[in-house]
Amino acid sequence: MRLPLTAWTSIAHRASGVFLFAGMAVLIWVLDASLASPESFASLQECLGSPLAKLVIWAVVAGLIYHSVAGVKHLVMDLGVGETMEGGTLGAKVVLAVSAVLIVLAGVWIW
Amino acid sequence: MVTAVTSMGRSGLYDWLMQRVTAVILLAYFLLVGCVLLGGVDYAAWKALYSQTWMRVFSLLALLSLGMHAWVGLWAVFTDYLTERLLGNVGNVLRLLAQGVSALIMFTYVVWGIQILWGL
Repeated sequence: MRLPLTAWTSIAHRASGVFLFAGMAVLIWVLDASLASPESFASLQECLGSPLAKLVIWAVVAGLIYHSVAGVKHLVMDLGVGETMEGGTLGAKVVLAVSAVLIVLAGVWIW
Repeated sequence: MVTAVTSMGRSGLYDWLMQRVTAVILLAYFLLVGCVLLGGVDYAAWKALYSQTWMRVFSLLALLSLGMHAWVGLWAVFTDYLTERLLGNVGNVLRLLAQGVSALIMFTYVVWGIQILWGL
């Protein structure tokens, strides 16, 4: 589909939101295991050490980062900033750049 | 009409505002937890943090915000793509089914979270 960049960042904002709705189950499960007991905390640490678990956590964190950055852009636009055609395109580029950097940094932190 | 009745506050303006209020709460919460995790925690420090009343209240606030935020967001998605216009009559059934299932999941998250936070 031939769509403007702003359409793709908007669709990605929606898709990441739907993804996060499922991803929250992972985060709440992690919170549960991390607080239940010292033993469950330790076994959680061990579990999160596996490559697959790291990949899942990274995916959820990546979704969280993108959704947050795109959300902040919405709040900025609500203040009347960047509402023009050029502003919208620039905003979309900034969202992509900032989240890409943060997602890579999150990956570095997780691994 | 059928789609408006399942929105969060029966009003687009109310939904718009709640989506932003809950977004700011969630962002603040995730930034706080993110900063704590970046600093590194052991079980004792982590448990101590979540033993404090303000943290439990903030976590519950974030959890309730998540429920509202997800409802408004998923409503927007479902009423755009699971529609009579796109899918015919089955669209209405699918949309209400999707909203019912997501409401149940949200409710489960809230109850689960309360159990974790207050250790019932």
